[in-house]
Amino acid sequence: MKKTKSAFIGVVILFAVWVMLTDTSSSELLFGGFTALLVVFLFHKKLSVLEDVKISPKSLIYMFMYLFVFMWELLKSNIDVALRVISPKLPINPGIVKVKTTLKSPLGRACLANSITLTPGTLTVEMKDEFFYIHWIDVTSDNIEGATKSIVSNFEKYLEVIFG
Amino acid sequence: MELAGSIITLIGSIVLFLGALGIVRMPDVYNRMQAGTKATTLGTILFLVGISLGHSECGCFGKIILLIIFVLVTNPVSSNALARAAHSAGIKLTDRSVKDDLKNDKEMGEEK
Repeated sequence: MKKTKSAFIGVVILFAVWVMLTDTSSSELLFGGFTALLVVFLFHKKLSVLEDVKISPKSLIYMFMYLFVFMWELLKSNIDVALRVISPKLPINPGIVKVKTTLKSPLGRACLANSITLTPGTLTVEMKDEFFYIHWIDVTSDNIEGATKSIVSNFEKYLEVIFG
Repeated sequence: MELAGSIITLIGSIVLFLGALGIVRMPDVYNRMQAGTKATTLGTILFLVGISLGHSECGCFGKIILLIIFVLVTNPVSSNALARAAHSAGIKLTDRSVKDDLKNDKEMGEEK
């Protein structure tokens, strides 16, 4: 069952890429679909990363919401960093803090680390077990719990539903 | 439509410029990376969106979306790898830094 699901997601992703790259005439769609099936059939053993993705109406809605939250955070982070850069005093207060994640799946953690890197003033430096070490441009809390709450929690509640 | 595309492209290039300024002004490797990663990601995205709006006759919208997804996935990964390599190579944080949990944990691991 798990194999089928990861194969299905693989086919959907490959086919979506094909549709975006080419024009939509029926013979090209047919050929693209066939190629996607063939590639997934040949490499289905390597696709176990995709097993963690859940497919349900709820997780699809959360994926959309996550996309918007993520875009908003990216915009905010750019304004934040830009303001710091152009102000003459350079108001930074940097440091590396340690945060804890509750996500289990490798793909979910990779997603979380990427999101953290693109959000206001944070940059993932190292991952070790369930801890992330994050360079924070403006350290506002000293302990693990406080840092976790202000950096990770915002994304975690979405990724938890999507990846489990 | 072409005007909107041009404006968005202009905003994108301003963001890229601010990122470059940040790389010059920040005091150490990690802070420079902060400015570099975020500004290049949003700047590139705005740039691409502006181009696809301004030249809508080329039908390259799908390709632009693919490019944006690719930038979104690879940009943070590369900066993460660079930051990690810098820290393992022992490059110090700036004097203005407040704390360094990773260094403390590494030292504790060595003592054991």
